[in-house]
Amino acid sequence: MLKILKYGFFDLMRSRWSYIYFLFYLSLGFILLFLNQDVGKAVITLLNIILILTPLIGTLFGVMYYYNSREFTELLLAQPIKRSNIFLGQYLGIALSLSLSLVLGLGIPFLAYGIFQSSEIFNFFILILIGAMLTFIFVALAFNIALIFEDKIKGFGFAILTWLFFAVIYDGIFLILLLVFDDYPLDKFALFTTVFNPIDLSRILILLKLDISALLGYTGAVFQNFFGTNFGMFSSITVLSFWIVLPVTFIIYKSKRKDF
Amino acid sequence: MIVIKDLHKKFGKVTVLDGLNLTFEDKGIHTILGPNGSGKTTLIKSILGMVIPNQGSIEFNGKQILGEWEYRNQISYLPQIAYFPQNLKVKELFQMINDLRPGSKNEAKLISLFQLEPYLDKKLGNLSGGTAQKVNIVITFMFDSPLIILDEPTVGLDPVALIRLKQLIIEEKEKGKTILITTHIMSLVEEISDNIIFILEGKIYFEGKIDSLKEQTKQSNLEKAIANILEETYA
Repeated sequence: MLKILKYGFFDLMRSRWSYIYFLFYLSLGFILLFLNQDVGKAVITLLNIILILTPLIGTLFGVMYYYNSREFTELLLAQPIKRSNIFLGQYLGIALSLSLSLVLGLGIPFLAYGIFQSSEIFNFFILILIGAMLTFIFVALAFNIALIFEDKIKGFGFAILTWLFFAVIYDGIFLILLLVFDDYPLDKFALFTTVFNPIDLSRILILLKLDISALLGYTGAVFQNFFGTNFGMFSSITVLSFWIVLPVTFIIYKSKRKDF
Repeated sequence: MIVIKDLHKKFGKVTVLDGLNLTFEDKGIHTILGPNGSGKTTLIKSILGMVIPNQGSIEFNGKQILGEWEYRNQISYLPQIAYFPQNLKVKELFQMINDLRPGSKNEAKLISLFQLEPYLDKKLGNLSGGTAQKVNIVITFMFDSPLIILDEPTVGLDPVALIRLKQLIIEEKEKGKTILITTHIMSLVEEISDNIIFILEGKIYFEGKIDSLKEQTKQSNLEKAIANILEETYA
């Protein structure tokens, strides 16, 4: 598996897109810090970008990589290598290289601006961790989609729809439900539904940590009330880990039953 | 070596393999024949574990292959169409295969046999169909496996390469290996194969020597014998 991971990783590292992704974060970090000397505020701005962008890039790169490396996959399948290792290796290769672009791209400017001297170091660390976790989650979802759909166009369409659903539509439906059932106690319902959207969950996790109630919104307020900061953080990280483990398990399950 | 029992495979509504039984015990060259879409490639891919059958079993050296992968150490496979990672150079592909599956022996010899030296630094995506097929052949034959499976090995090859491929197949046979070939080129079949397996609509229609197929169809020439069978079934 490590060998497959290595080839997947270097294949991506050599491609132009990894550099563009890395340079984007690098310049984003420097611009944010240049315009806004307060590291704390930069972290908040970054939060909104990371929450939308890492899932989008993870999803797109995930499907793209799967469809582009199908020839390679078929070549590997005829070799004495375990099936699940081929797919896990490819998955980890792409998720790691994307996460690396994120960590380095944002890490370098923030290091240069002295994040270690600032009190925001912990928040920044959490933010990067969440970005990496979201990458792992959405690459896994993308791999599942690509494994299910033979047709590239369908796969791409469905992948983008998945991202759109979690990033935008889910919140919309959620808000409509809250408005419609305004007269009922919705606290537990709100908590419950948040668990099913990794992007929402990440947003709450970071906001709880940053402690800015103005940005909390309805969901976050309930979350904080219900759990209290530390327990809330712990449980949401656990749920996010489930969001990685479950799709990855499904990748293994699905890949064992697929014909090539 | 391989025992296949009651193999069924459907792709959606299309039945490709329909209760196929087959046993390969002997060494030598076995040719799988059959019209387009008769299930030759599906059969081969089932043996390799790339296609998962709906029903039935495949044993390799006495062990079930379902979910296994170590047995593929004993198999060299030449896929029908040479699909390679487009961005890799030929040289890098050889290195990668060597890294993933240690134990290759005659890589250098094969590269010079098929005159691939000038292409080693070219990207795989820029190769012509025939050259890609040569690369494919080198990858297949560089391992010393007891079972060699060739799915349409002649596609796109020029006459010189074809003659060398034939020699290579015969050399491997003389080393005591089992070789499975699918092809539509009857002259190649007559020239090299010891045993013929004719697949029709997902079942074995005929298995045996070329001569007995000729006798059965009362034709003097293999091409006509095969055509005879096909015309009967089309009618």
